[in-house]
Amino acid sequence: MTDLYQTQRAMRNMRRAAMQRGVIGILDIGTSKIACLVLQFDGSGVSREADGVGPMAGQANFRVIGASTTRARGMRFGEIDAMAETERAVRTAVAAAQKVAGVRVDHVIACLSGGRPASYGLAGEIGLEQGKVTEHDVASVLASCDTPDFGRGREVLHAQPVNFAVDHRSGLADPREHSGNRLACDMHVLTVDGDAIGNLIHCIRRCDLELAGIASASYAAGRASLVEDEQELGAACIDLGGGGTGVSIFIKKHMIYADWVRIGGHLITQDISQGLRVPYAVAERLKTLNGGIEATGRDDRDMIEVGAETGDWESDRRSVSRSDVIGVMRPRVEEILEEVRQRLDAAGFDSLPSQQIVLTGGGSQIPGLDGLATRILGPNVRCGRPLRIDGLAHQLTDPSFSSAVGLALFAAHPQDEWWDFEMPADRYPARSLRRAYRWFRNNW
Amino acid sequence: MASLTDHRGTPPKRKRDPAPSRLAYRLERMWLTPLYRRVLRVGVPAFLLAMSVGIWMSDEDRRAMLHEGIAGLVDKVQSREEFQVKMMTIEGASPAVDKALRSMLPVDLPASSFDIDLTALRLQVMALDAVEKIELRIKPGGILSAVVTERQPAVLWRHARGIEMLDKNGHRVAGVTSREMRPDLPIITGDGADQVTAEALALIDAAGPVLPRLRGLQRQGERRWDVVLDHGQRILLPEVDALRALEHAIELQRSDDLLGRDISVIDLRDPARPVVRMGVDARNTIRGARGLPLLGPDGQVLANDG
Repeated sequence: MTDLYQTQRAMRNMRRAAMQRGVIGILDIGTSKIACLVLQFDGSGVSREADGVGPMAGQANFRVIGASTTRARGMRFGEIDAMAETERAVRTAVAAAQKVAGVRVDHVIACLSGGRPASYGLAGEIGLEQGKVTEHDVASVLASCDTPDFGRGREVLHAQPVNFAVDHRSGLADPREHSGNRLACDMHVLTVDGDAIGNLIHCIRRCDLELAGIASASYAAGRASLVEDEQELGAACIDLGGGGTGVSIFIKKHMIYADWVRIGGHLITQDISQGLRVPYAVAERLKTLNGGIEATGRDDRDMIEVGAETGDWESDRRSVSRSDVIGVMRPRVEEILEEVRQRLDAAGFDSLPSQQIVLTGGGSQIPGLDGLATRILGPNVRCGRPLRIDGLAHQLTDPSFSSAVGLALFAAHPQDEWWDFEMPADRYPARSLRRAYRWFRNNW
Repeated sequence: MASLTDHRGTPPKRKRDPAPSRLAYRLERMWLTPLYRRVLRVGVPAFLLAMSVGIWMSDEDRRAMLHEGIAGLVDKVQSREEFQVKMMTIEGASPAVDKALRSMLPVDLPASSFDIDLTALRLQVMALDAVEKIELRIKPGGILSAVVTERQPAVLWRHARGIEMLDKNGHRVAGVTSREMRPDLPIITGDGADQVTAEALALIDAAGPVLPRLRGLQRQGERRWDVVLDHGQRILLPEVDALRALEHAIELQRSDDLLGRDISVIDLRDPARPVVRMGVDARNTIRGARGLPLLGPDGQVLANDG
């Protein structure tokens, strides 16, 4: 894990350097679209009350100066499928955003949606030698968490300390300077497939960009679309994307669980295409313009022309009713929600004090989805839009941009991760000069 | 049969890839780098311009050609009909000044108005003593108009080198060869008399009743005036308040006919104590009445021989 520690620290330094230069790019590489935002940090920290964007969650010290979105290419289930294609799509998005912003973007923060994420809750405990928690002890307790075998080729994407306990006082957010004899911590670790993340890093490198941070898309979507109270009291965020559906559970402003269902909007389109025997592009149009969940009597009479270019007049001039489309879509959406339900059950969401569920992502725009979700997931369901941030154009504020906005918040205020603390001295290789230096610094 | 199967004619066009090529992407990013941007937008054009101008100008013939061209162009514009000055009108000048003014014009008319430096010409004309003020301008229609105000001579000043006419401020107007040329002007003499012409004129104005007998004013030691009358009479005025002293003398003359008597000098230098120097006849009359020996015309006591 030392290797990962070094790379993550390097990314943190890169982020700091980018903040100092004032410009940082946000790259949300999804399965259906790639969004690129260019953020400018003016460093003033003063909030500008601009068209209803208040200083709510620390989004006040930056503004979006360039944004672009393009169709994703070469992506499949949130992972890179054809590297060259994806690279071209990233280049398109970055070039367009740069052109709007008028500045060159060197550092980007990206998110990974797929890669089979797995959540682990780790616990660690140490005794306190000085009877008081020091910075050094916090690092030690984080390092003392017993890591299970993540499996071969897994990389840690997030390792966030969620809870600290000193003796029997639990639920501490910041244990420093507390006196006690024993310090325990809970850490949430999210691992992803190492190859998936490696491919993403490589793809970004090939676009001449430096990676200044990487986050899970579910985490980013949760940060953008859950309001502060929901993050504090506990809520689940369901990010209905194109290639899959991200699930993340937040409580006390920390993510405690994240998962990924490999059924998404593209599969719905595919169902329509197969079920109604229309081309994929037509199916996509049917889904976006005429899709729905609940069929009514009026929908039977609502006939939609489907065009095609097969050359067969009979099949090209067909028309389908809206209830046909709904009839194809509904089982697949139900399946997605059932899968999400299973993941939430597996995570023990039932035992959380608050049962709030927020639907976001492009799929949450299906009319009537909240009704169906209420039946499957639980009573407290709402459709969430991302937090308003300064300078973002209005057409980029719909729910499908919640992970991009979440990444912007992540760039501005990253939560503490394990690698933000100094590595304890005994983790350094033996006979290292830095180890000696650290020992001296901690003991005198 | 190929024409039958390929009934659509041209194969379907491939859609253009919207993604920028790797080269275009890199160039775009380079272009967005501030330094490159500045160099390419300002530095390179400036350098190219400077270099091409430098190379072109490095040849002697071309430089001469450029100079000639510019000079020719300037000349062409300046010698246009609209800028030509054809004649000069002079108002308010005596014939002598008129002649001098015409001879001072640096160019022969008609000439371009760009060749006539009005400021320099004005300064040159102002150096003439006879000219007090001149207004020079070029009127539409190509007329150089000069409105001259000449100095009016107010007094003649006789000094060691001759006689000059002065205006009321003491500025020289012209020299005259003799007093008879301007009998209408009063005369003043003495060193430094031209410095206080105004006071002299005031004294002459105040002379009133004695004006017919006034021959002139004499400046004494560059500090005070003597009023010189005919029959060798003088009135010595003080340094300060000379005018009041003269009025005092005129008052004495009016009440006592002082100047009608045999008095050579009225000394008013001390205003509190006017002193009168009598003439020889008067003194002899007094001496004769007292039985004293008479005086000769030189002021010496005559030998009492009869």
